[in-house]
Amino acid sequence: MKRKEDVRFLHGKGHYVDDIKLPGMLYMDIVRSPYAYAKIKKIDIEAALKVPGVVTVVTGKDLEKYNLHWMPTLMSDTQMVLPTDTVMYQSQEVAAVIATSRYAARDGREAVKVEYEPMKPLMDPYKSLEPGSPVLRTDKPNKKDNHIWHWEAGDKEKTEKVFASADVVVKQEMYIPRIHVVSIETCGCVADYDKVNNHLTMYMTTQAPHAIRTVIALVAGHVGLTEEKIRVVSPDIGGGFGGKVPVYPGYVIAIAVSFLTGVPVKWIEDRSENLQADSFARDYHITAEMAGTKEGKILATRFKVLCDHGYTDAAANPSKFPTGLFSIATGSYDYDTAYMEADAVYTNKPPGGVAYRCSFRVTEAVHAIERITDRFALEIGKDPAKVRMENFIKKEDFPWKSPTGWIYDSGDYHAGLKKVMEVVGYDALRKEQAEKRAKGELMGIGLSTFTEIVGAGPSKDFDILGIKMFDSAEIRVHPTGKAIARFGTKSQGQGHETTYAQIIAEVLGIPAENIQVEEGDTDTAPYGLGTYASRSTPTAGAAAAVAAKKLVDKARKIAAYLLEVSEDDLEWEPGKFSVKGAPEKTKTIQEIVFAAYTNHPQGMEAGFEATHYYDPPNLTFPSGAYICIVDIDKETGGIHVRRFVAIDDCGNIINPMIVQGQVHGGLTQGIAPAMYEELIYDDDGNMLNGTLMDYLVPTAVESPKWETGHTVTPSPHHPIGAKGVGESPTVGAPPAIANAIIDALSPYGIKHLDIPITPYKVWKALKEKGAI
Amino acid sequence: MNKQITVTVNGTQQTLEVEPRTLLVHMIREILNLTGTHIGCDTTSCGACTILMDDKSVKSCTVLAVQANGKSITTIEGVSTEGAMNPLQEGFKENHGLHCGFCTPGMIMRATELLVNNPNPTEDEIRWGISGNLCRCTGYNNIVKAILYASAKMRGVPTASTEPEFV
Amino acid sequence: MIAASFEYDAPSTLEEAIGLLQQHGEDAKILSGGHSLIPMMKLRLASPERVIDINGIPGLSYIREEGGVLKIGAVTRESELEHSELLKKKFPIFADVTKLIADPQVRNMGTIGGNLAHGDAANDHPAAMLALRATVIATGPGGKRSIPIDEFFLGFYTTALEQTEILTEIQIPVPSKGTGSAYHKLERKVGDYATAGTAVQLTINDKGICTTIGIGLTNVNPIPLRATRSEQALLNKPLTDENIAAAAQMASEDCNPSADLRGDVEYKRAMVAVLVKRMIKKAIERAK
Repeated sequence: MKRKEDVRFLHGKGHYVDDIKLPGMLYMDIVRSPYAYAKIKKIDIEAALKVPGVVTVVTGKDLEKYNLHWMPTLMSDTQMVLPTDTVMYQSQEVAAVIATSRYAARDGREAVKVEYEPMKPLMDPYKSLEPGSPVLRTDKPNKKDNHIWHWEAGDKEKTEKVFASADVVVKQEMYIPRIHVVSIETCGCVADYDKVNNHLTMYMTTQAPHAIRTVIALVAGHVGLTEEKIRVVSPDIGGGFGGKVPVYPGYVIAIAVSFLTGVPVKWIEDRSENLQADSFARDYHITAEMAGTKEGKILATRFKVLCDHGYTDAAANPSKFPTGLFSIATGSYDYDTAYMEADAVYTNKPPGGVAYRCSFRVTEAVHAIERITDRFALEIGKDPAKVRMENFIKKEDFPWKSPTGWIYDSGDYHAGLKKVMEVVGYDALRKEQAEKRAKGELMGIGLSTFTEIVGAGPSKDFDILGIKMFDSAEIRVHPTGKAIARFGTKSQGQGHETTYAQIIAEVLGIPAENIQVEEGDTDTAPYGLGTYASRSTPTAGAAAAVAAKKLVDKARKIAAYLLEVSEDDLEWEPGKFSVKGAPEKTKTIQEIVFAAYTNHPQGMEAGFEATHYYDPPNLTFPSGAYICIVDIDKETGGIHVRRFVAIDDCGNIINPMIVQGQVHGGLTQGIAPAMYEELIYDDDGNMLNGTLMDYLVPTAVESPKWETGHTVTPSPHHPIGAKGVGESPTVGAPPAIANAIIDALSPYGIKHLDIPITPYKVWKALKEKGAI
Repeated sequence: MNKQITVTVNGTQQTLEVEPRTLLVHMIREILNLTGTHIGCDTTSCGACTILMDDKSVKSCTVLAVQANGKSITTIEGVSTEGAMNPLQEGFKENHGLHCGFCTPGMIMRATELLVNNPNPTEDEIRWGISGNLCRCTGYNNIVKAILYASAKMRGVPTASTEPEFV
Repeated sequence: MIAASFEYDAPSTLEEAIGLLQQHGEDAKILSGGHSLIPMMKLRLASPERVIDINGIPGLSYIREEGGVLKIGAVTRESELEHSELLKKKFPIFADVTKLIADPQVRNMGTIGGNLAHGDAANDHPAAMLALRATVIATGPGGKRSIPIDEFFLGFYTTALEQTEILTEIQIPVPSKGTGSAYHKLERKVGDYATAGTAVQLTINDKGICTTIGIGLTNVNPIPLRATRSEQALLNKPLTDENIAAAAQMASEDCNPSADLRGDVEYKRAMVAVLVKRMIKKAIERAK
């Protein structure tokens, strides 16, 4: 089914935040710190106030009067809205200029004079942990170091024993650098506070409107903005990818200014601001180890992680999971011993660690396990496909408990790898590689066979700031048989208006074209935790199916009444009930719905609607098998991705076209960190590539012609057996590409390279080994 | 000192007052209220602001409004007639060439000139042809498919299947 | 994203434009394609008080051959150069260069005159002009002036153009038969500036001897660089693999790349050598 939402986008009638114009609206531009770590000596706003069009300039001291200068983060740390004395990262918000036009606000920004006393920033997370390093969070009483938290999973002693006695142990340091989501639309909002009615409408690029509403109420409740007085509206969003989950200072400042002035305030960040101050992800320093037999049986894994969170832990993770779902790093392999630990540290970088299309740190976990598995294969001289095939969890062993306690719901890893190897012609490729190697030509084959973990999550373990991670669907069918359905999630391009309609249509039998889907307005949508981490299909999609099923149950009662039979005498197929043995006696769903308003049984509630808040019993575990083929120009290090085949298993597929689109998009966001993207800082805290000229987002030329396919192992616990797919490709692709490039270089003794692997890195590695 | 300019916008002549520094994209979005053209960056990198100026695709964020004086510009709002989609719009819809829709107007305006200059492009020529337009959602495969579809339609030959192809 | 305020003129004759330059001196900048100037103004790295738009002046955009000389008007767009049939035939290097400049939309606005006048060693045309031994024609209050390309680039963003002069034409001698030209640059992604770029034009006679040669280098030196030693090493010599390799090595030694996000000095020098070798080979093929 083609997408219902496309029509407005194709005509240029999408409704994004920057399209919103309200009477009397003011514009906000933010003055940002050029220093990564500095004391603020003075903020001089005199000249700025004289710029024509400038209305006011807001600083931390102004917000302090209302106790709005600090706010909580999603991980229960604290973050500055505007500083009162110290800036902690380059591009930090320092003051906000409010003016009658965008251009005047920009001129005003230029005219604000800030005097700083720069200090030497802590940019290296290892240094930051060293005893004697300056303590960055002096705002926290009793804090004596820069350590944020420590986390562990698995069995430390058992793992030590297995490692101590194993034939083969491989160890590899890997750094997964900081990257940026770069949704083509940056972040922004229009904060519209109505002084007369004491009501705030916040139009905002947010993937989680309800959670935001609650957070605003928690932060601003003390000035009278209680939750029923707040309406958050997510209009169309131009890409989220996790970057539009956190509450950025700009949003809060806009709310504060609107609150104080009583007029709408628009804030739209420039791309440079977006790259330099928010929406970053990853930044994990990992030491990965694998223990196994020399025949290739994996016995245990061990991971140690240093997590660079910038100056505050503003990551978007469920509260009990500071490293997100990293403990999936044990991977797709059948062994029972693992241990992992992580330590988070403060540095003078922008805060966060958004869950960038990774379902909470799963990209980091999968990169670690898939790279160390290849290292293991290289060490024992065995084909990496064989090592994987021989170690996979078997299909019949699901549900399978991992060494860190996850219950993988279902999977058929052997089928996936077999299929991708067939499609790509694996054996012939290895032959070709051998021939090329004999001639000194570089060709690489890289695999990634990953288990993903999505759909956060069951209420017993998952919450964000205490709010449980259920999600919701509310379906109401009108007398004439058309429906409206509202959800607690929020699409930023994933096609919910189409797929949710399809789910309901499949269960209830009303055509999907007749079902209008809405999300994003907290005044009307049922409460939900939003869209990220591939959770919509597993949670809200499930809620839709369950709610639709409730409607089928009600329809049965009405049908029995209309047909004058007992409910047990009825047979259902989506769209109609018929009498068993008398198939000509039917009632369509439309007739039934009409009766719900005009002729319902006495004693029954009129109307035809159902709501369900779905608490997933478990996460879902999509998987995939990817193969990447590369050819490398030895003289320049140039890397050509000859072919990339992705076989994904996301359980039952609701809309194949949309699933494939998600895979394509995720793969391009996978090759990006593998070969092109990283945010680079120097020792003084300057970001060296804070614009799209040097932060290298792939175009259609860099992005290969992806080949995709699937296997299907339904999730046993999801109402329609679906698992979610949006992030699998971003998770699975980088190690496939890294493994391919490193495979190409392995004849020269090169065993590992950190992503992004660029021609320059390749050339340097070859030069170092004397290969060129 | 503000300048008065005359621009033909989607077929209608308009006289407007702008500052010399007013960017064409702001003139389009803020003065003319045509918000289908989008802003995605500040270094002429992303192409979301692409429109046609005298039939050439240009990045309207890097053109001054005053440079459009006496010229004709076409935005996404001007490519369809009476709500009926043109072959490119149809191609994008049938082939799932958009997800969030933010880069889409720019892609379509670029593809419009691409197909005028090269009515029967190869896949490679399309990829190079849209190298000034970033998309973060689609992974580009289906955008290429959409443009190939439009090319076929415009040449009056059968279009390829719009069903997703799997290995 | 938003430039500082400025005054704007759109003169309709060259004389008017030059008059404005005389009147406003250092405060004025010429707007041609605008795709170097406007991005800098938007980031407030440049804030001229006055912008003089020369796009409305007729007669500055052309590609023609006259008396054995290729003449290109300064306001000719990159996309026009890219698709010119005349250039494809005799100067294939133009298609090589232009298709690697930024992206299609930028090429619809960017001009060759602007590309050269910007004085940036990272731009692509300068190396090609060196290889083609071009002459820049500047027009000022005193009339026209011919500036040989080897005297044109003086320093960082600095050319031999006087404050009151406008670059109006580029002249390139039409080469004899047996001449081939080629350009390539290595870039981190499409649209990027060069990690290193090399332009070559050479003539090879039926005995395999190189009778003319020009080699220009992009973005590996503070100003666009002619690989003089490499040219001299190949002129009037047979174009054997050995000679070419030696010339490539010289070019890598003679350039002065800076380490940056694209790579360190060792890498860039090595890339120069690779590109010089490859472009010489390509030019030889095209010379046939």
